[in-house]
Amino acid sequence: MAELTATALDGPRGTKPRKTFSRRNILLYGTLIVVALYYAVPLYVMVVTSLKGMPEIRLGNIFSPPMEITFAPWVKAWSEACTGLKCEGLSIGFWNSVRITVPSVLISIAIASVNGYALANWKFKGADVFFTILIFGAFIPYQVMLYPIVIMLREIGLYGDLGGLVIVHSIFGMPILTLLFRNYFTSLPEELFKAARVDGAGFWGIYFRVMLPMSIPIYTVAVILQVTGIWNDFLFGVVFTGPEAYPMTVALNNIVNSTQGVVEYNVNMAATIITGLVPLTIYFVSGRLFVRGIAAGAVKG
Amino acid sequence: MATERPIQLFRNKTAKIAAIPMILTALVVFVGGTVWTVVYSFTKSGLLPRLKWVGLDQYERLWSTNRWMVSIENLAIYGILTLVLVFVIGFLLAALIDQKIRFENTIRTVILYPYALSFVVTGLVWQWILNPQFGLQSIVRDLGWTGFTFDPLYTPSIAIYGVLIAGLWQGSGLVMVLMLAGLRGIDQEVWKAARIDGIPTWKTYLFIVIPMMRPVFITTLVLVVTGIVRIYDLIVAQTGGGPGIATEVPAKYVYDMMFQAANLGQAFAASTTMLLTVAIFVIPWAMMEFGGKRRG
Repeated sequence: MAELTATALDGPRGTKPRKTFSRRNILLYGTLIVVALYYAVPLYVMVVTSLKGMPEIRLGNIFSPPMEITFAPWVKAWSEACTGLKCEGLSIGFWNSVRITVPSVLISIAIASVNGYALANWKFKGADVFFTILIFGAFIPYQVMLYPIVIMLREIGLYGDLGGLVIVHSIFGMPILTLLFRNYFTSLPEELFKAARVDGAGFWGIYFRVMLPMSIPIYTVAVILQVTGIWNDFLFGVVFTGPEAYPMTVALNNIVNSTQGVVEYNVNMAATIITGLVPLTIYFVSGRLFVRGIAAGAVKG
Repeated sequence: MATERPIQLFRNKTAKIAAIPMILTALVVFVGGTVWTVVYSFTKSGLLPRLKWVGLDQYERLWSTNRWMVSIENLAIYGILTLVLVFVIGFLLAALIDQKIRFENTIRTVILYPYALSFVVTGLVWQWILNPQFGLQSIVRDLGWTGFTFDPLYTPSIAIYGVLIAGLWQGSGLVMVLMLAGLRGIDQEVWKAARIDGIPTWKTYLFIVIPMMRPVFITTLVLVVTGIVRIYDLIVAQTGGGPGIATEVPAKYVYDMMFQAANLGQAFAASTTMLLTVAIFVIPWAMMEFGGKRRG
């Protein structure tokens, strides 16, 4: 299945489709359109609801397009929506998420790429043992390791702090990223590495001057994988940060699920879209690289 | 740098130093953390962990707690249905998309985008769509079918199916992509040979192609199972475990015991049980994958 990523991206093969309106085609495309609708409708409902006023929501149905488009719910979700006692909107959560995601992505990729490089090109005795443990670690339910990590972070004074959460994300990103980089570096021609050795380059020299410049696509895949993964995280955010530093997903959940008084569905949906916007944008822009990232998770070690 | 030669000692030194984060993560966090939790699951830890042995008491208490039994039952229902449906849907979609269709990219993009969204977002959208007052139920009623009742999120007996719908929406795209990759990895000669022999398409899929895709199925299975056992955010966002305790799951039990009920012993016993559940699937898989066959 190592060739999975490559073949998955080649697109359809063989001859063009036959007659346009055969029974087979009507059935085939009919099914696909119905399926596509099931997947697309929630996004549509989110957008439509977020652009309506509350009176219209109470009258109409959730699928009808807004009669009067209003952006007020978006503004409110961003800057005024309440979580419990505070009414500061999602903006704080957004910036927390940015401050969590950026360093976590950079650090986890830096560590994992060097690890993968060491495993691919500078294999030392026992390296495979650690790597195997690492890969198995990816299957351990997070709940098993939560409390020991709480203790460790408390010992070094980072529990409840953004820095602690960054460490946690770097740790849990390591299995999949190391696998990704190790497989990629192994696939590069060995002659390159040998030639650089002959020219006198060392561990870091080869990494920075040969491997890194040659592997920009795989770094991009890693960035996509990590940004979406870390942005979407909820559990670690809730466990390892306090209310001041909650990431956006936690803030969103608090806004929607702790409402007192009148529930403002349009604000809730606006908040939901805003939170989903970052990974969605990455997904729609990156397309195949995103697919390559998730397929990497399925490639065996 | 200048001193570096392909001599074992020097060559390994930098690589070893560079691999320290990996070694620490593997040994301290993954092995150490897991062993720690398992060991403390046999103690009487409450607010703080302490080494006062109580044998299997925590496990006995766990399995006689109603909420845990509900959690396990939910996980079983959700897990088995997710497994079956996600594979059926994922494979059928992949097979349809593999028919050399037009707009393949568009359709694939639409099916996979939910996977880019977080479980929190997923849960909240479906909470809204399944809202009995404004959502699906009211729309079908407005269409004239006034007796129509579909209110999973407020009906304890079927609440977990409401979560299932959302989970399938989010996760089936991933399986589709993996299955599609598996289908594309099958040699076209196989199809030609089957056609020459006059084997019907569905039989070719069932008896030739699917068995050939065994590795893809197994890897996907392991991925999906790991994801199912971890399910937490979706529940918190969509139902909060409710109505009542109707949609509680083990991961939520662990979190609540650990950080709200100050009952660490229960949390450790519950998470160890989750670990065992995953191990039942992962260990046989690992033995098949790595069992002597090939070494790094």
